[in-house]
Amino acid sequence: MNSTNKVINPILELTGVGIEFPTPKGPYKALTDVNLKISKGEMISLIGHSGCGKSTVLNIVAGLLQATEGGAVLEGKEVNEPGPERAVVFQNHSLLPWLSAFENVELAVKTIFDKSKSKVEMQEWIEHNLNLVHMGHAMHKRPNEISGGMKQRVGIARALAMEPKVLLMDEPFGALDALTRAHLQDSVMEIQKELGNTIIMITHDVDEAVLLSDRIVMMTNGPSATIGDILKIDLERPRSRIELADDPKYNHCRQQVLSFLYEKQRKVEPLTKATRYKKSKEKQIA
Amino acid sequence: MTLLAYENSHTLEVFLIIRCLIMNPFYERTKIEVFMKDKTVRLPRSLLSLGGNITDEKMPIWIQETIKAIMLPIAGLLLFLLIWGTGAQNINTSLGKFPGPTQALEQFNSLMSEHNNERIKEEAFYQRQDDRNSERLALDPNYQIKVRRYTGKPTFIDQTFTSLITVLTGFILASVIAIPFGIMIGLNKNIYAAANPIIQLFKPVSPLAWLPLVTMVVSAVYTSDDPLFAKSFVTSVITVLVCSIWPTVINTAVGTAAVSQDLLNVSKVLRLKPMTHVFKVVIPSAIPMVFTGLRLSLGIAWMVLIAAEMLAQNPGLGKFVWDEFQNGSSNSLGRIMVAVLVIGFIGFLLDRVMLMLQRMFSWDKQAILR
Repeated sequence: MNSTNKVINPILELTGVGIEFPTPKGPYKALTDVNLKISKGEMISLIGHSGCGKSTVLNIVAGLLQATEGGAVLEGKEVNEPGPERAVVFQNHSLLPWLSAFENVELAVKTIFDKSKSKVEMQEWIEHNLNLVHMGHAMHKRPNEISGGMKQRVGIARALAMEPKVLLMDEPFGALDALTRAHLQDSVMEIQKELGNTIIMITHDVDEAVLLSDRIVMMTNGPSATIGDILKIDLERPRSRIELADDPKYNHCRQQVLSFLYEKQRKVEPLTKATRYKKSKEKQIA
Repeated sequence: MTLLAYENSHTLEVFLIIRCLIMNPFYERTKIEVFMKDKTVRLPRSLLSLGGNITDEKMPIWIQETIKAIMLPIAGLLLFLLIWGTGAQNINTSLGKFPGPTQALEQFNSLMSEHNNERIKEEAFYQRQDDRNSERLALDPNYQIKVRRYTGKPTFIDQTFTSLITVLTGFILASVIAIPFGIMIGLNKNIYAAANPIIQLFKPVSPLAWLPLVTMVVSAVYTSDDPLFAKSFVTSVITVLVCSIWPTVINTAVGTAAVSQDLLNVSKVLRLKPMTHVFKVVIPSAIPMVFTGLRLSLGIAWMVLIAAEMLAQNPGLGKFVWDEFQNGSSNSLGRIMVAVLVIGFIGFLLDRVMLMLQRMFSWDKQAILR
């Protein structure tokens, strides 16, 4: 299947990326030989079981972690530190709680467009981005005054306001309820259609991955996790979750991701001590 | 609720008792029964309604809460006064009975009137001096005017203000050093590792150990013919500073180091400049811990100052206590008791002021602060 994923003129290229973490028991190899090319305007999902190193891949692209082998190249430049051209939407919004929604976005805008934008332009740009995520009505509220979904919207607005070359989303909707999540997924699709961002998103949710992505990158289980398979989603945009629910192509994609996760990369969780203890007790009683 | 009344109780008496009950907001007054002559008499509504603002509902909860918030502390204070009063009567010292609340109050009043008298004397002194100078000037226009300061004994109030100014100076200086230093060691693990042994070593040192050294150093180093501050003041301030700096340093460092990793990541992705990072991310996040440190520091500063003043005979409340102890009159213990209470009360006020400042500076207005 990899052969069908030839990418011409990639904006971001991961070549032979591997990472080792030192532990008291010796080095732990979390990732090995991750190769991925992403073209401009593409929406990529990383999916895999927990602990497989999805977040590690994202953090390497973000520059928050340094790969010990290989590396990431963004538009011909190697990534070795964090920066606004690779904006991150964090799982738990990560807004500064002492600043209002507006001020949170302002902090980003002021830092990045310090010289290139006038005060009025910055103001307009902040408001534009908050309106884009439908947060215009609550832009002067503090994070603890708005709901989880709204916080995540502000987080997305902050990331978009940085005009990133690649938008990195680390399980952006993981902490939200299903209905809010659906709303935000629609918002992201809308925004991506309008701005044509290149997005890498980590997700646990098979439906989310199939609905949003152009390609789904499926990761094998760690240690030494790597890309197991890449699935191209050939569904026309704009996509509607209701229509797709009955679409055979959509269901086929879902089936493929599910079979990768639960057949090929089936993760057997070891029994915890507590359950083992309980079982031995039960045996004794019997 | 039932009320027992004797057979021969006057109706009015019973009625007054009922009124008292009704005024008690905690009492649910849907059922008031009065036992008279073994018979239960149910009071008619009309009788109850004579009490004025009587309704059948309980008082609103907020009124109940307010009354609780006022009544319970007052009850605690009254209990304390009772124990103090009775306890004091049973302690005999060489200077007479241990002072009870009434003696303390008497001494407080006498200290106040002494203060007022001293002020009147001072005014009179300056008046006399001015008169004399103008007289001399009238006789001889070339006369160089001499102005001498009033040298009366500092009163209790004077000593209190001296102590307050000293403690605030020491505390503010300590904070000005401690907060930036705490932020610095909190931001950098290596600096923290280097500074930690020093902090741990000096933190538990009592002011009394520092005092001789500080006194000697100040008298050696701080020499000028016309000093801006008295040497004793400088000694006290430095002692306070050295002893009260540590809680702020430690708490600021811990607060700074505990900024959540997510926010640090945000700062990295935004490539915030170091100063922006400190002022926009680190300090707001560390503010609660900084104030915890400041409040501890101020408490320690106040305690240390009194001890230092006692030992070094530096002007202030500590000296007042020591002087009274040496004086050994029958009033001395009462006066010391007044000083003890005033010291406690000022310490309490200082803490409240810090709490107010914390409320002002804290971004999270919903946080419960005690």
